Amino acid sequence: MKKIGVFVCWCGSNIAATVDVKAVVEAVKKEPNVVLAEDYQYMCSEVGQNKMISAIKDYNLDGVVICSCSPRMHETTFRRAAEKAGLNPFMVEVANIREQCSWIHKEMEEATEKAIILARTAIAKVLLNAPLQSGESKVTKRALVIGGGIAGIQSALDIAEAGFEVDLVEKKPSIGGKMSQLDKTFPTLDCSACILTPKMVDVATNKNINIFAYSEIEEVSGFVGNFKVKIRKKARYIDETKCTGCGACVEKCPSKKTPNEFNEGLNNRTAIYIPFAQAIPYKPTIDASACIKMKTGKCGICEKFCGVGAIDYNQKDSFVEREYGAIVVATGYNIINLDRFNELGYSDCKDVITSLEFERLTNAAGPTKGHLICPSDGREPQKIVFVQCVGSRGTRSCDKQYCSKICCMYTAKHAMLLREKHPETEVYVFYIDVRTPGKNYDEFYRRAVEQYGVHYIKGQVGKVIEKDGHLEVQASDLLSNEQLHLDADLVVLAAAIEPDPTARKIATMLTASMDTNDFFTEAHAKLKPVESPTAGIFLSGMCQGPKDIPETVSQAGAAAVKVIGLLSKDTLKCNACVASPNENMCNGCSLCATVCPYGAITYVEKDFRIPGGVVKRRVSQVNEAICQGCGACTVACMSGAMDLKGFTNKEIMAEVESVCK
Amino acid sequence: MEKTEMREQIERMTGVSVRKCMKCGKCSATCPNYDAMEFHPHQFVAMVDNGDIERLMESKSIYTCLSCMACVERCPRQVEPAKIIEAVKLLKIRQQGANHLTPEQVATMIDPELPAQALTSAFRKYRK
Amino acid sequence: MQVENKEFKPKIVAFCCNWCSYAGADLAGSSRLSYPAEVKIIRIPCSCRLNPMFILKAFQRGADGVILCGCHPGDCHYTTGNYFARRRMTTLFSMLNYLGIEKERTRVEWVSAAEGAKFSVVMNDFVKTITELGENKRLEDLRCKR
Repeated sequence: MKKIGVFVCWCGSNIAATVDVKAVVEAVKKEPNVVLAEDYQYMCSEVGQNKMISAIKDYNLDGVVICSCSPRMHETTFRRAAEKAGLNPFMVEVANIREQCSWIHKEMEEATEKAIILARTAIAKVLLNAPLQSGESKVTKRALVIGGGIAGIQSALDIAEAGFEVDLVEKKPSIGGKMSQLDKTFPTLDCSACILTPKMVDVATNKNINIFAYSEIEEVSGFVGNFKVKIRKKARYIDETKCTGCGACVEKCPSKKTPNEFNEGLNNRTAIYIPFAQAIPYKPTIDASACIKMKTGKCGICEKFCGVGAIDYNQKDSFVEREYGAIVVATGYNIINLDRFNELGYSDCKDVITSLEFERLTNAAGPTKGHLICPSDGREPQKIVFVQCVGSRGTRSCDKQYCSKICCMYTAKHAMLLREKHPETEVYVFYIDVRTPGKNYDEFYRRAVEQYGVHYIKGQVGKVIEKDGHLEVQASDLLSNEQLHLDADLVVLAAAIEPDPTARKIATMLTASMDTNDFFTEAHAKLKPVESPTAGIFLSGMCQGPKDIPETVSQAGAAAVKVIGLLSKDTLKCNACVASPNENMCNGCSLCATVCPYGAITYVEKDFRIPGGVVKRRVSQVNEAICQGCGACTVACMSGAMDLKGFTNKEIMAEVESVCK
Repeated sequence: MEKTEMREQIERMTGVSVRKCMKCGKCSATCPNYDAMEFHPHQFVAMVDNGDIERLMESKSIYTCLSCMACVERCPRQVEPAKIIEAVKLLKIRQQGANHLTPEQVATMIDPELPAQALTSAFRKYRK
Repeated sequence: MQVENKEFKPKIVAFCCNWCSYAGADLAGSSRLSYPAEVKIIRIPCSCRLNPMFILKAFQRGADGVILCGCHPGDCHYTTGNYFARRRMTTLFSMLNYLGIEKERTRVEWVSAAEGAKFSVVMNDFVKTITELGENKRLEDLRCKR
């Protein structure tokens, strides 16, 4: 007879307040096979674990049931403890009486009754559990970083620094991301390019980093330690091996009317272009939709002027397939489309701009060489209005429900820089709340108000209309309870941020989960902030949630450390709960192989002894290193030969029976 | 009526919760009739939340609201201030309608000096 | 004769995939969003692990309702598991009527790890539906009853 020990955890008052722990102990004692039932305040504590370890030894237990928090929380803790005591870890089952019982029910009687049923169910399962051994799989010692912004750059550098090879994939022609567009960074006001471009150069010169710029992820397969990724290198129509980056082609290009994405469309660029002066790689790209040669077949000026013959109008997208041990997602963000905020006039008035456009207008490398002008007529603005929370913190369909986090700080930065460079201007900031948590952040905002005399007004802007070349701003001042009518020259909107639209596609390929706002979810909000719930996928930067540059860099570093930890292992313990076919029942029909998402099932010819001889039969075989244990094959199997270790048909049925008893 | 009761009734009538308001003031920033109103749209929301509803009911603002619904359109949190103003107005109208005598009250007021007609009309007043 | 006036408490089995819905149920718990105690959750690795036979057997053993929760289509931890589950369940639904079981007694819901609130709403609603439907007598195997 199997001997089972049951331990009921109080979890302080988390469980004990709504579940009568003693009653549960008494009830499970009556269950067959249970030789020991005890309760303790904190089973996950060292004392609690030792209690379990000594009980396993003293009573020679065959199985253990812990009634405590969710198995997603502490199953591994208890299984590890059981291993210490010499019991196979898979002989431990956790009954979830906290998240799924004590925390959701208020009446003690009801909760206790449910806790007893949950305990009984776990006992029923553990009685059928078999000891399992996990296999091992090798780790490919190379990492992939998706996204070449500051988050991706930092992760790639840190991983490469530890001696591992890194591939950095960026969809735009150059790495650098949003940070390369910024002018100054808060709260120290150092120049963004001055701190970013050296890092970009480090990436380019690091032997361990391969940059795949102007490339996208096409396909991902495999699993932690063994990802296979297909990368599409989009055609630049330039032979990168020949191109020296002299820029003669860009100078001579006659097609000059394409809005410059890097300058947020504030000026135009040529069809063959290098996005900015510090671009890495410093190689031009032909925009096929603007190139006269590619549209009409007549032109070819760039080809004529290229001294090394690097222009190739017939270049096609090429594909690279590489293997990786770990993947870092750093897909970044965009600002939202403001077309639906017509009350603020963004789509109608040229002088209503987003803060990213403002950033380009004040940047010395920007379209105006840092000379702030109104985009409509080029005059110098005298009165500038900043509007906060445009599209953030709202519940309408055009709004985002979250706080975009960075806008309060960068608006304070903009306002401060404006007043410093142009003391004659009047600067108004309309805010709902000023949110400046962070080191030296509130001091920074106060400096904008006290030292630079920026007018902060509690209230929102309701309407912006263009009148006689000026902007009429109608806003409320809640503290003086007035409606204000301002004549402004320039209105700057702090637009909400949203995850990059390509992130959703990538998440699907990686099978990494996302929240309703399309931000990647972390494995645990507090304890695993840089891991995705999918093993081997790590998160870095804005793709996980709004954050500023210091936070992004620290998260990128943290993600890199997790990757290094993974890549420094030679092998990984595989999932022990894998599919296993009963060869005697298998009829070799191949149905299981067709549903397997990992290609873990193959077929072999095997000899079987039957009365009066031996027959050769084709039976399925599961590669335990590849099988992830989803169980799709178990249901597809018509002969019922396939079963899933750790979640066998019998075990699940025993649970069902116990629940319905 | 109790303060909380009044607030709850307003929330029931409008189907919106005043607690959703994040006090951004965009409603008052949008209001085209701001200067004509003693209490402004954002104040309506805040005062209903605080239970300070009787002052609103006595104010002329409930009649000066143009019901243009600009605040409803612009409110980022879908609090819909114009609906709240309308509900306060309705509350006021209903209160006036409730000023008639009930049959029980009539019985206690019977007085030979008082013309019966006055009682009957007070009883009838606003019945419909 | 004694009239039994005990309130009907349905027995409901919820199969939840480990990666999304079980985590969603945990989130419902840690957010203290209550749902009836009649719901008992059984953890399976993926919604595609659920053999439709388990559902029929659960009814046989006396369950009044069975609900399957998995990751949203496209978000499966195992890439395609929930698509298999969806097809299998669609086939099962068409068979349930034939067996004489109201098809409202089974349901498939996609609940992600971030949707604790949805989990609670779904469970409340499902329990309400089953309570209105009453006891499942059709397939119940009396031999399984003590």
